[in-house]
Amino acid sequence: MSAVPLGMPGRRVPDGQVGRGPTVGRGRGDAAVHPLPATPPSDPLRWGPSFPEAAHETLADPQLRANLRRATRTIRDKRLAVTGELPDWEALRDAGAAVKADVMERLPELLVELEASVVARGGTVHWARDAAEANAIVVGIAQGHGVREVVKVKSMATQEIGLNEALADAGIEAVETDLAERIVQLAGDMPSHILVPAIHRNRAQIRDIFAAGMDDAPPDLTDDPHDLAMAARAHLRARFLRAEVAVSGANLAIADTGTVAVVESEGNGRMCLTLPRVLVTVMGIEKVLPTFRDLEVFLQLLPRSSTGERMNPYTSMWTGVTPGDGPQEFHLVLLDNGRTRALADDVGRQALHCIRCSACLNVCPVYERAGGHAYGSVYPGPIGAILTPQLLGVGDTGGPSGSHDPTASLPFASTLCGACYDACPVKIDIPSALVHLRERATHPGGAATPTPTTAAMRVAAVALGGGTRFRWAARGVSVAARLTGGRRLRRLPWPGSLWTAARDAPALPPRSFRDLWRRRGGRA
Amino acid sequence: MRARRAARSARSRADEEVGVRIALFTTCLVDAVFPGAAVATVRLLERLGHEVHVPQGQACCGQMHVNTGYAPEAVGIVRNHVRTFAPVLDGEWDAVVAPSGSCVGSVRHQQSVVARRHGDARLAHTAEQVAAHTYELSELLVDVLGVTDVGAWFPRTVTYHPTCHSLRLLRVGDRPTRLLRAVDGLELVDLPDADQCCGFGGTFALKNADTSGAMVADKADAVAASGADVVTAGDWSCLMNIDGALSRAGGRARAVHLAEILASTRERPWRPEQRPAAPTTAAPAGGRA
Amino acid sequence: MSDARQDVLAAVRRALGRGDGATPPSSGRAVPQVTGDTARHAPDGGPTRGPDGTPRGYRGPTGSAGQAADVDLLVDRLLDYRASVRRCSPDELPAVLAQELEGVPGVVVPAGLDRAWLADLDAAGVEVLVDDPAHPLSHAALDAVGAALTACRVAVAETGTIVLDGAPDQGRRVVTLLPDRHVCVVAHGQVVPGVPDAVALLGEHPERPLTWVSGPSATSDIELVRVEGVHGPRDLRVVLVG
Repeated sequence: MSAVPLGMPGRRVPDGQVGRGPTVGRGRGDAAVHPLPATPPSDPLRWGPSFPEAAHETLADPQLRANLRRATRTIRDKRLAVTGELPDWEALRDAGAAVKADVMERLPELLVELEASVVARGGTVHWARDAAEANAIVVGIAQGHGVREVVKVKSMATQEIGLNEALADAGIEAVETDLAERIVQLAGDMPSHILVPAIHRNRAQIRDIFAAGMDDAPPDLTDDPHDLAMAARAHLRARFLRAEVAVSGANLAIADTGTVAVVESEGNGRMCLTLPRVLVTVMGIEKVLPTFRDLEVFLQLLPRSSTGERMNPYTSMWTGVTPGDGPQEFHLVLLDNGRTRALADDVGRQALHCIRCSACLNVCPVYERAGGHAYGSVYPGPIGAILTPQLLGVGDTGGPSGSHDPTASLPFASTLCGACYDACPVKIDIPSALVHLRERATHPGGAATPTPTTAAMRVAAVALGGGTRFRWAARGVSVAARLTGGRRLRRLPWPGSLWTAARDAPALPPRSFRDLWRRRGGRA
Repeated sequence: MRARRAARSARSRADEEVGVRIALFTTCLVDAVFPGAAVATVRLLERLGHEVHVPQGQACCGQMHVNTGYAPEAVGIVRNHVRTFAPVLDGEWDAVVAPSGSCVGSVRHQQSVVARRHGDARLAHTAEQVAAHTYELSELLVDVLGVTDVGAWFPRTVTYHPTCHSLRLLRVGDRPTRLLRAVDGLELVDLPDADQCCGFGGTFALKNADTSGAMVADKADAVAASGADVVTAGDWSCLMNIDGALSRAGGRARAVHLAEILASTRERPWRPEQRPAAPTTAAPAGGRA
Repeated sequence: MSDARQDVLAAVRRALGRGDGATPPSSGRAVPQVTGDTARHAPDGGPTRGPDGTPRGYRGPTGSAGQAADVDLLVDRLLDYRASVRRCSPDELPAVLAQELEGVPGVVVPAGLDRAWLADLDAAGVEVLVDDPAHPLSHAALDAVGAALTACRVAVAETGTIVLDGAPDQGRRVVTLLPDRHVCVVAHGQVVPGVPDAVALLGEHPERPLTWVSGPSATSDIELVRVEGVHGPRDLRVVLVG
């Protein structure tokens, strides 16, 4: 069965890609740690089965659910505490939303201004239409310096374009230096959270990953988080000191000064941004901010929303090249890769306002249960559910569509509970955008796909489009009530079985309200 | 302007202790599956001295279609709703009420958007005006009719689940719990993780059945942990989900709509309908169970 | 191959519904009417707006610095990050610094640091290495030295943040990065209430490399257990002078 009413879970689409990363778990007789997800992705933005099918698997992992529940709740409480202590939090959100909306309106001018500012300070600006082009630029720079290894700061943009794999194809090893990213990299995993990419792994698993994947791991490594962090410190310090080229993303860049910022906690960012002679920063075009003053808004919104801290331990800002201090060669790669596609949608465009804080993930009840891998994209959670489909052009002619496409299923991966909207520091109306993208997914090219769901919705639209018609439809319920004897049902045939898998069906009433009302002459 | 004038008149009529004329938007789910909530709403409002009208042309707000990605197909539903309740703008009624936060949320936040995008500007304009007169039950009671003690009696331990759309779309705040606290005999207890979604989400419960099931199981656990006999809310959609999970878990707690609690008095107390669960399927199972 | 720059810019303009030659909008920051909620912040009757059109109803720069309450708040925040804090008068500073650097074999200082601060180090047996831009220390040398001692540009009370801007008394970024202990001297007059004050001050020299430090290096990547000190200095010691 390939298409079912209401776009219900059905067959699984095989990904068919193989061969990712080193196999972990062969060293020193340690317990094998299998990569998560098990099938390596062909595209960092679109992999695996549809959301319902992927969630079916992740929900069955009790360890994962326990890890996620604990982690999301911890960050959630911290965020509420530090946002609650600011008397002007809502005003900051308003300002953040307004600045971002303004950026979208003036994006061409701001990008040109940013470019001029960076160039004026000795930097080089590159433009990339897509992932392949961005990867080619970075690979070219690394090759130009004859390096076999680059150190990397955690960056969503470089994950999105699969830069590490592109570098590997060119014989260059990209060393992730963020602790969680290193864990993910050594395990051969995909990240499952924007901020805490290894949120799906517990300490025992991480210990095994390190023991197997780090050639210089101490032989007596324990699973104490402090020991693990110190092992990573020792492991990476030598790489920082010998690195000649670093690659980073950017949390923001200021058009009027050319200043670029990276917000981090561990100091690996400072290492990458300070020690190597060459720095390449890959940044989505939507990350530009107009003025230096705008920092006062975003440096308050971002840390409190993401890690739930008043301020993150380290924020680095640099403006082009500073003679004698830090990298003496700076390249800024401005990446489109579907962003202009998202920009063209006047409702969905707000997804580009995202500052990657991940507050929406932490408050999302769906994310908390299903986990990041169920989203089949480097951008998981509520923001991923609106960003990924737009970057890939869901509903565009030839774009992702149908309930079995991993990307087209994302806008439906939400109850529209609205917790994400309340948590978003730049007030992205994720529920409205989700609803809008559902429409794009069911109406590719503007017309409803002729599926059983569409047929069911058309029939329902007739039944619900007038009082008389509805009275007859409601009488169908009364007929069902007589057939069931007004009892609760524990098991219904499909598709009702999807409901009764977890709950009993309600007892149906003998008569609808409108029939009661008519019988009693307009009295209840 | 017309909209504002009529809204003021609803409040002033309440202030002057003149009966307010209220049109009931039953909502399709309550009308067909949970008529008790509509009956309770009528009884409650009449008991408080107001007139209740039930326009027969009504059917649905269109939310299911819109939220499932069928906004263009929902235009007819929206048009029917707006046409049915437009007389409130001419003073035929003073206000429209629905015993559902979610449907009022749709009326207020979706209908004009759908009309503007897929219908016509005039429909969008009228939809906005009708929406400005439409209230969720607790809003109507507290804000328009100015009551928190409705004279109800409900001698049970109750916990309140703030449904997501009441909480975050309508921001009804503590209106429902103020009403509940004033109910004679009712003991209100806290629901752990109350603001967590129950996992219903309309067709989400079917499209993402596994995730939805995990969410509602947690909600049912929270209700059990609260120690309440009754979980209440302003929406039968979410309550249907929670009640189904409670029934499946086999505990004693059951769902009762807020309107039914508020309608319950010593003279006409709320009575649970005795409908045990059937042990088997109702109809022959189809190809997929 | 066509030019990526032109293509990206053209795609952005198309997405915004502008022809290539169309006039760009001025920087009036009108909030788009996307949803009912954002409409609450429409230009008329919305929150306070700055000259650039942004609604800046939040607490902006105050212009104040060195207020006693702010200094106390900074101390509280720093301790919350598990940084160590000492308070002293200018006269006591050399002795306090000698104590804070006790036990390390050597300390690196930027060339522009007030040499009077170092008066007691010799007696304490702490060797002083000066990082002079004209003769910069190697990364290996900095990695081997035990501590760095610097001044700062500004400190933010509300967030417990110290900002370094590479001025001669703060030095190159690497100076405060590789040594495991960072002793940072903050004068009361450098303590501002909030982030907007700091941004206003730093905006005088936006071209300088900036490092915002809020406590020691930390990670919570493993089961969200906070571990202090991963790659940056594990030991942040702030000396408040005034």
